[in-house]
Amino acid sequence: MKLALRIAAPLAALLVATPAFAAGEDLTKAIPPKEEHWSFQGPFGMYDKAELQRGFQVYKEVCSACHSLNRVKFYTLADEGGPGFTPAEAKAIAAGYQIEAEPNDKGELFDANGERLKRPGILADHFPAPFPNEQAARAANGGAAPPDLSLIAKAREDGPNYIHSLLTGFGQPVPAGYKLPEGKYYNPYFPGRAISMPPPLTEGAVTYADGTKATVDQMSTDVTNFLMWAAEPKLEERHRLGFGVMAFLLVLAGLCYLSYRRVWKDTAH
Amino acid sequence: MSGPSTYVPANGFTRWLDSRLPILRLMNDTMTSFPTPRNLNFWYTFGGILTFCLAVQIVTGIVLAMHYVPNDKMAFDSVENIMRDVNYGWLLRYVHANGASMFFLAVYIHMFRGLYYGSYKAPREVLWILGVVIYLLMMATGFLGYVLPWGQMSFWGATVITNFFSAIPVVGESVTHWLWGGFAVGDPTLNRFFSLHYLLPFVIAGVVGLHIWALHVPGNNNPLGIDVKGPQDTVPFHPFYTAKDAFYLVLFAILFAGLVFYSPNFVGEVDNYTPANPLVTPEHIVPEWYYLPFYAMLRSVPDKLLGVLTMFGAIAILFFAPWLDTSKVRSARFRPLLKPAFWLLVADCLILGYVGKNKPDAMLLSTGIPLLWIGRIGTLYYYGYFLVLLPILGLIETPKPLPESIAKAVGDKSHAAE
Amino acid sequence: MASTISAEPTRRDFLYVATGAAGAVGAALAAWPFIDQMNPTSAVLALSSIEVDLSPVQEGQQIVVMWRSKPVFVRRRSKKEIAEVRSVPLSDLIDPLARNANLAETAPATDENREVKPEWLVVVGICTHLGCIPLFNQGNFGGYLCPCHGSQYDAAGRVRKGPAPENLYVPPYAFLNDTKIKIG
Repeated sequence: MKLALRIAAPLAALLVATPAFAAGEDLTKAIPPKEEHWSFQGPFGMYDKAELQRGFQVYKEVCSACHSLNRVKFYTLADEGGPGFTPAEAKAIAAGYQIEAEPNDKGELFDANGERLKRPGILADHFPAPFPNEQAARAANGGAAPPDLSLIAKAREDGPNYIHSLLTGFGQPVPAGYKLPEGKYYNPYFPGRAISMPPPLTEGAVTYADGTKATVDQMSTDVTNFLMWAAEPKLEERHRLGFGVMAFLLVLAGLCYLSYRRVWKDTAH
Repeated sequence: MSGPSTYVPANGFTRWLDSRLPILRLMNDTMTSFPTPRNLNFWYTFGGILTFCLAVQIVTGIVLAMHYVPNDKMAFDSVENIMRDVNYGWLLRYVHANGASMFFLAVYIHMFRGLYYGSYKAPREVLWILGVVIYLLMMATGFLGYVLPWGQMSFWGATVITNFFSAIPVVGESVTHWLWGGFAVGDPTLNRFFSLHYLLPFVIAGVVGLHIWALHVPGNNNPLGIDVKGPQDTVPFHPFYTAKDAFYLVLFAILFAGLVFYSPNFVGEVDNYTPANPLVTPEHIVPEWYYLPFYAMLRSVPDKLLGVLTMFGAIAILFFAPWLDTSKVRSARFRPLLKPAFWLLVADCLILGYVGKNKPDAMLLSTGIPLLWIGRIGTLYYYGYFLVLLPILGLIETPKPLPESIAKAVGDKSHAAE
Repeated sequence: MASTISAEPTRRDFLYVATGAAGAVGAALAAWPFIDQMNPTSAVLALSSIEVDLSPVQEGQQIVVMWRSKPVFVRRRSKKEIAEVRSVPLSDLIDPLARNANLAETAPATDENREVKPEWLVVVGICTHLGCIPLFNQGNFGGYLCPCHGSQYDAAGRVRKGPAPENLYVPPYAFLNDTKIKIG
């Protein structure tokens, strides 16, 4: 009986024209992310600096309320292959953040009111985390700690498509028969489809300096680009060096092939 | 070496050195004048490629160790610092990580080539056994190295693999605690794994030396599997095989570079970009692709101890291949029954890899056939090939007629004229 | 054997030379990442210049900040200390050169050449003898005393008693505003 079902169920699914909406669809399984085109894809892919700068703005004004970016240091904002800020701009961005200060002359970490002493950020600092530790992050977010975003684009299968699908995948009707747990949001791209994160992006959540219209899709695209750069800051250098190495190896292969043929020319083998 | 040395010192210094340390003589006899069958094909270039792989892994590994910190609190961060801050750190790490895959790709081709052309058979049994030792050491080294970045897959892979030893009766638990240096995989484990990961490649290099030594006593096997009858069957290693090996090495390097520069995370697992967390197990733990067939064999047996034995047995059985094969003919070219059996073995290993990659309760595509059973059949065939087919086929099959000599077979016109 | 195998290349053959040369060039280029990886990382370089807030330093005090893994003394000198070191004739000095990274190498070691602003002395706090760290406000010259071998420096960081051969080094620095300097 069980075996018969095992064979019958997928067969039935095959018979239905649109398998995704087939009766047998597993509602706890995430659907695959939407395929988008990204400027960094392909052997010559590069980041779009304007997208990265806008994505940085989205991270700063929206995501950073809950998500840390612990592995990204401010000086990298001015690095080649990055968002293309000038060193002075990167310095100003750093100074706009309050970083937990080192102990002062009296060895104090807290002021008279018990507040943690802070200092303005410098280029060598990384983005400060919104919560002092994982437990605090968990407690403030209904038991689910928002993950650090530094590597998220590489730490999820099909990272960029997944992030973009997830960010734009809120607000879909909850299918009949799916039990959404209390305090969760339905998002078909998330494993289990019930995510603790409320829809983070709303139309016009940020105001872009370059006049780009801040639609949810636009902000999601921009921040996905930014997070890909955060995870793989050397991508442009890699693609550029790769081209040189490949070109060299092809020439060398040609020379080696000719030498090989020449050496064996008069020898049957 | 086969035959007397042909080395003639060119000048006074080399004569002086030759009577004190005949290293130039050794190099000449093994890498220059060494008589090599003239009919070695593409599949024989992987020995040189493997030497290149070992060198790349050792050199990149040494410089990565200059930046890596083997501590459970800092390992992941140090790897990310290599990726972000160290000059060319991303390149060195991607070369090292993908180098492991390229190394295993080459070693599998090398091993299957040996199985196909009967290179494990007399008089090359010791050569083959040393090769299996190298393969075992590579597996150990690869596993230890995969633990070092201390991501989720590192941690849980280490937990699963070290738990194999808990299957040993009576002392299993003590052995695992001894391996871990604690009651679970942790900082002491990471530290010793780093130490061993640094050590083993040099042991491999040593065994490679023995492997090459053992190769140079009987000389190379060849695609015809027949013995070299005389000088007309051979060419000096240099320039013939240096030129050929160099060309295929560059092709291999192109594939390698393609992976490193354009798809550096293709063979990796996304979960390893999340730092190790002893409280959360990833949904689906898979080893690196080069262990997958063995992982499938492990899971095909419902009993823990038997599963581990099945898996290790699959490697151990390779040691006995020279004596399990009863055929007088080496090359599968002339063995009509072994040839299909061999290709089925290749397919079997690929299928087992596919089974190992998927979740234990997965079905074959959408047919509803449980992969578990496919894994079981695959495991049976793997063992069957060595324990049943190799001994029996050699006795029952009628080999095709062997060519008289390599020179005749390749149709050397200059010799025909002699 | 020798008579039949005749493909031994001639050394002059252009193709072989070109192939060998290309291979050698590739190997040489490939060596660069292995060398460059030992240079200071971008994280280290990001800290190669630091900004120091001078406002908490009172007259007669000094603070010590770390710059490129070395201690730097930032000392606020009193009028009396300034007058004292400025009255020392150059002929009394062991090391006649200013050792100031902001000036030419040949600049003489006058007190004016040792500071950007007279009130602030900024020097690398490493004794030029054998690398110990001199003690603040000790010794007979109103400056520093090295505890290792007894070298003494004045309030301009100039060596006044051996065995140290040179004045304390003045690192490259500049005032960003009245109360902030950037070192490096």
